[in-house]
Amino acid sequence: MSDQSSVEILTEWDIVAARQLGRNVAKELGFGTVDQARITTAISELARNIYLYAGKGRIEIQQLTENGIKGILIIAADSGPGIPDIRKVMEDGFTTSGGLGAGLPGVKRLMDDFKIETILGEGTDIRATKWLR
Amino acid sequence: MIHMNKQMAQYIQGNLTEIISNWQEKMKNEKDERAFQVMPVELMNQTSHEFAELMISNLLESHQAYESRVNDFAEKVVRLGWSITFVTKAINHFAEIVYEGMVREEIINEGNIKPFVDEFSNWISPIRDSTIQAYSKTWERTVSLQKIALQELSASLIPVFEKVSVMPLVGTIDTERAKLIMENLLEGVVKHRAEVVLLDITGVPVVDTMVAHHIIQAADAVRLVGAKCMLVGIRPEIAQTIVTLGINLNDFTTTSTLQRGVEQALAWTNRKIVEVED
Repeated sequence: MSDQSSVEILTEWDIVAARQLGRNVAKELGFGTVDQARITTAISELARNIYLYAGKGRIEIQQLTENGIKGILIIAADSGPGIPDIRKVMEDGFTTSGGLGAGLPGVKRLMDDFKIETILGEGTDIRATKWLR
Repeated sequence: MIHMNKQMAQYIQGNLTEIISNWQEKMKNEKDERAFQVMPVELMNQTSHEFAELMISNLLESHQAYESRVNDFAEKVVRLGWSITFVTKAINHFAEIVYEGMVREEIINEGNIKPFVDEFSNWISPIRDSTIQAYSKTWERTVSLQKIALQELSASLIPVFEKVSVMPLVGTIDTERAKLIMENLLEGVVKHRAEVVLLDITGVPVVDTMVAHHIIQAADAVRLVGAKCMLVGIRPEIAQTIVTLGINLNDFTTTSTLQRGVEQALAWTNRKIVEVED
């Protein structure tokens, strides 16, 4: 699994590949269909953000074990322009692309842990975890 | 200097059987390549000879003759399922064997090694380039054909009753498909005089904000041409994700199955399905 745990995002179809990878790992870890849908949707949002705003980047999927609890970690990393105002992008309905503006706040709600680090002009690194209950 | 390519061709032709058997041995030892090992002996020998001829042809024949040969060969190996890495290795191994053999027979010696090395690279690089080119051409053709096939599959509006049409969506929705959905939807509504359109997303694996956005836009456009749009086939897990994402579908009539959607659509157009009693 470890050799196939990341997908480069360059085209729209890479989003599908990232999603597929996430779904497979989630299934393997034993997540139910609802959580699988949550995880794949979160990956879809993050990968699409990379495609739309950074042009290229990477989605990495890792399996975690903490205190005996298993989990899945999604890392979305890019070297794009960065996000000028994090508070704004985490607001529901804020959009620069004419979309629904539910992407990042949505991902935060879909997952259990959500961390975002961004430096203007250098890139963005988002880490989102879902624990298996 | 001018005769170098002739010398190389002569050496290859003179030692063809040995070169080919050495080359086949080397190729069999390549890891991760089942294509070569499972090939019937006869086919392997034939392909190996063709490959050797191709390698010689670049030394002797005109550019045009070589070009058509390399295209034929590339198409063949693509059909055989050889990977491009494997073919590149095949070319390298072949050149190596020829080089080593010519050194052994002292055709290449200390005095002429430099120009010979140049000649070898002049021989190999165009072969490599044109194989890769031929490969990517075959590839591009496959991809574009598949794209067309996919487009034919996706997003057709089916009239099921008078005034009621269904558009079943299957598979991933990307920007290009979203456009197609919108176009076919509007065109179909007008053509079939539909009053109610059911968008069936049973076959859509993931509904993220972009897909939702496209669906909402399509529904708005349908409203503009005077019809109603209903979203059907929402699986339980998709319903939960949509709610968590915070996507507002309140303006929509939505149902879990296509069947219920059809019943609702008939009700809107003042009709219903009744059982016939004998």
